[in-house]
Amino acid sequence: MTHIAFPPPDPAILARREEIIAGLAALLPPECVITSDNERRAYETDALTAYRRVPLAVVLPRSTEEVSAVLRYLNGAGVKVVPRGAGTSLSGGAIPQEDAVVVGVSKLNRILDVDYANRVARVQAGVTNLGITDAIMADGFFYAPDPSSQLACTIAGNIGMNSGGAHCLKHGVTTNHILGVRMVLIDGTILDIGGAQLDAPGLDLLGLIVGHEGQLGVVTEATVRILRATEGARPVLFGFDHIEDAGACVADVIGNGIVPVAMEFMDKLAIEITEAFAHAGYPLDVEAMLIIEVEGSDTEIDAQLARIVEIAKRHNVRTIRESQSAMEAALIWKGRKSAFGATGRVADYICMDGTAPLGRLAYVLKRTDEIVKGYGLRVANVFHAGDGNMHPLIMYNVNDPAEQDKAERAGNDILKLCVEVGGCLTGEHGVGIEKRDLMLFQFDQTDLDQQMRARAVFDPKWLLNPSKVFPLDGRIA
Amino acid sequence: MSVFTPATEADVADIVRDARTRKAPLNIVGGGTRAGLGRPAASGDTLSTAALSGITLYEPAEMVISAKAGTPLREIEAALDEKAQILPFESMDFRALYGTTGEPTIGGVAASGASGPRRVQSGAARDQLIGVRFVNGRGEMVKSGGRVVKNVTGLDLVKINGGALGTLGVLTEVTFKLTPAPRDSATLVFEGLDDPRAVACLCAAMGSPFEVGGAAHLPAGVGGDVARTVLRIEHFPESVAYRCDKLDAALADFGVPARLDHAATRAIWRDIRDVVPLAEPRDRAIWKISVAPTLAPGVVASIARGINARWFYDWSGGLVWLATPAEGDCGAAIIRAAVATTTGHATLIRAPDEARAAVDVFQPLPEALMKLTRGLKASFDPDGLLNAGRMYAGV
Repeated sequence: MTHIAFPPPDPAILARREEIIAGLAALLPPECVITSDNERRAYETDALTAYRRVPLAVVLPRSTEEVSAVLRYLNGAGVKVVPRGAGTSLSGGAIPQEDAVVVGVSKLNRILDVDYANRVARVQAGVTNLGITDAIMADGFFYAPDPSSQLACTIAGNIGMNSGGAHCLKHGVTTNHILGVRMVLIDGTILDIGGAQLDAPGLDLLGLIVGHEGQLGVVTEATVRILRATEGARPVLFGFDHIEDAGACVADVIGNGIVPVAMEFMDKLAIEITEAFAHAGYPLDVEAMLIIEVEGSDTEIDAQLARIVEIAKRHNVRTIRESQSAMEAALIWKGRKSAFGATGRVADYICMDGTAPLGRLAYVLKRTDEIVKGYGLRVANVFHAGDGNMHPLIMYNVNDPAEQDKAERAGNDILKLCVEVGGCLTGEHGVGIEKRDLMLFQFDQTDLDQQMRARAVFDPKWLLNPSKVFPLDGRIA
Repeated sequence: MSVFTPATEADVADIVRDARTRKAPLNIVGGGTRAGLGRPAASGDTLSTAALSGITLYEPAEMVISAKAGTPLREIEAALDEKAQILPFESMDFRALYGTTGEPTIGGVAASGASGPRRVQSGAARDQLIGVRFVNGRGEMVKSGGRVVKNVTGLDLVKINGGALGTLGVLTEVTFKLTPAPRDSATLVFEGLDDPRAVACLCAAMGSPFEVGGAAHLPAGVGGDVARTVLRIEHFPESVAYRCDKLDAALADFGVPARLDHAATRAIWRDIRDVVPLAEPRDRAIWKISVAPTLAPGVVASIARGINARWFYDWSGGLVWLATPAEGDCGAAIIRAAVATTTGHATLIRAPDEARAAVDVFQPLPEALMKLTRGLKASFDPDGLLNAGRMYAGV
């Protein structure tokens, strides 16, 4: 019944399973090679749980050299590889296939060096996103990109998907914070690109690698920028009776020269669902809510907020609620960051990730509602308002194939809408398998051909995460 | 040698396809103000972007601007000025360094990837470049990225085209994200620090919570008789005053800084951005060294033991501009040996054509990276038509 096709597994590879496992076992100790049915099943999907494929085997190397040995072997044996961080991809970027070996980076989980003077940290790629910030927070520093899955997701995965987060409005996304990588190519070659300085020589390979969705190699280490936190930060809730007012307020704040560190949007249904879960004090009597966070000293925050409040009043804000303590501030963010999880308690959902130009947000929200209602389903909207990255959560029953089909169709219609108004299919989750077959809505075949030619320089045999990103037809090496 | 001046992207594609048929390489020029960047252009026809001009989209509330590649930067900045916005990476104007005339274009800004002092806080040109259209060496019109800042759809071909000096494609349209222009600014000036102390001061400032947006050190004899260590604060007026006071206190170990106002701040950082302190004498070669800030004074000291050099530091010390005699290899062997002790790299920015043909202008890459570089060049431009050899010989 599944909507998204996987290529049929290669029977010749399946037939060689024992031989391939033996080859891997010769390279890694037994605890690093997972072959039993039960244990493999733990890797059969990621956060796009409607799709599952049990891989041929899973390996968890402990060093760059082990990754290199594994890839060299699998390349020689002609076996496909699916790189995996923590398996939190919402686009199916880490979903395996039956004839592929999963190469996970979970054992590469050490922070190698923190250098405050140069404001960089060198980490193994299996370190979690939040793990970096946790290690440096006591000294007043943080790692800026903050995807909602930051407790679990790895830097390897963040690099794969060019992950964003709520605070990207001011700080940018993963690609703006990676200064260097150590990466293993499919033939086992170990590359060091960049380092502790602010740029790398030659062509901007880092720019190509960040967001590669596991198609160019396996990243095993990264040098990341770390930033000193401002003296303080305060999130404030702004409630509106009309979605259009909230959207206009966002545009007006930016138009007045203010770039808050975050501006997040939730609609009524999203507010209800998250408030029931997080008890963050969200206003339940409004149609739309913005969480706007400003930074600096208390006095600076007061001055900035005064400016923002004045703007919000011009756009008919109904309620304004400032966090009065660090605990309240944390609750406000807890609510936002648990929005997906909280929705999951109410219903199964698929989370879309299109971006629309800010000026078209109100229109896109209205059309989103109409589209989803047209399929007889419900949608909650939570998204990064400052940059137009939308996350409609389309609710459905995963055990009802007809509903799943409707949900996926609604999602596709919304993404096409985002492209039509000048936006894109995915703002931060990646293409994965989920949006693979929609790529021609955004790109011409010529655009995709150029991407595939660049891809083929790294992986001419299409062994790395081969069922993702590019439509299965029309591939070129 | 012909000069082509196409007015549309489709015309660019026709010219490239025709050049491909004739196997005739093309040198791509915008305003020509940074023609001295990279290895010298080979002989061949010229493709000028001069007629590809005009802002195609400017949405102040979305902080995004798109323009055809040949649009003069001056025109972009005038439009942004009206809405009090800026290209945050503070693109360097090469005219002071090269003594060139003409107008820098937005395509040249993207293709050279040159970022100024604010890079240390707000990101580089490549970080703000969010969309490109280009014609590759097959004569195909290709797009990547777009006009929205959050976009991870497909492999990112935007950044690799930024800074590629036109070796992968002829940029026809570029899209940058913007930030509000700072409403006020000030500069703190510490005097008399030696290089290691100055870089320690810069790093301490960058590690403070006060969002320093410019951190440079001009040693004695470079732009003035006394060594000056300068920090820029940009914000709303009340925050500028507050943050300067806090930095004064936090950096008391380094002395009592003088304070420059908004106008003086703009002037001094423009000079730092454009490498004015080293522009004269003209017969000197200019190098750009990129290295972890705390390693920079050691690298510089090691170079200075081997050659007669003058220098200053930007990016908290992580960017060293260095002037050397333009003789022989312009100091390449000594400079690259000093840099080799780090993960950093050195680029020869200004030198006579003969020197730039003989010396590796860009840091030589390890073979594995060079192989990828050649492969990528071929994937965009299989016949090596576009700005051939401007970055690396044969690429």
